[in-house]
Amino acid sequence: MLTVQYFARFREELGTSQEQLPMEGFERVECVLKHLSQRGENWEKILGDRNQVQIAVNQDMARRHTPIKAGDEVAFFPPVTGG
Amino acid sequence: MSEQVRVQLDDFDLSTEVAALRDGHRDIGAVVSFVGTVRDVNDNADVAALELEHYPGMTEKALENIRQKAHQRWPLQNSLIIHRVGEMRPCDQIVLVAVASRHREAAFEAAHFIMDFLKTHAPFWKKETLPNGETRWVDARLSDDEAKKKWLDASENA
Repeated sequence: MLTVQYFARFREELGTSQEQLPMEGFERVECVLKHLSQRGENWEKILGDRNQVQIAVNQDMARRHTPIKAGDEVAFFPPVTGG
Repeated sequence: MSEQVRVQLDDFDLSTEVAALRDGHRDIGAVVSFVGTVRDVNDNADVAALELEHYPGMTEKALENIRQKAHQRWPLQNSLIIHRVGEMRPCDQIVLVAVASRHREAAFEAAHFIMDFLKTHAPFWKKETLPNGETRWVDARLSDDEAKKKWLDASENA
């Protein structure tokens, strides 16, 4: 299984903060994004915007090509605005 | 997690924190502190309240990482990052970065570096409430990204 988390605007607009996904040949983060984008127009619009989607794997900043494995925690969120 | 990185709901007191930062270090000659506060106006609209969301676990890890990078780059005696989360109002304090070193140059630069990376690498998100009750997520600023890049360029040229 893979734990997927969503934060801030993504959490609100996708209507979920966390879910478990079975590992269906997800070798890299981009495979998960592709899978999630097939859920519908809203998912595709939000997760398809390359300039807006930031990624973390196991709580470290990551990229689309970052490899993933079962048990990993993957998070998707908009650009950060702290400080 | 280090006591030198704190993510908390509560406010902080600058004098208390700076005193703790200096405590036991007789070789400190410079302390630079930065306090970020909530403005009552942003992007041409009045702001009534601010909600700070974060990614528990990753936030602390990211801030500690930024702090360690500053220590590797400058000779620092001590440093501290406090970032608040939750509900805040205009004039409230949001963030404190304090850095202590033998000489001022390292302290000024390290504090600046920590804030620039905190702005672009630490998973916090601001949501504003306007006076009419409407809410909106704050957009990231391109200028923050540019500010961070100058540190990367400097190290590449070094």
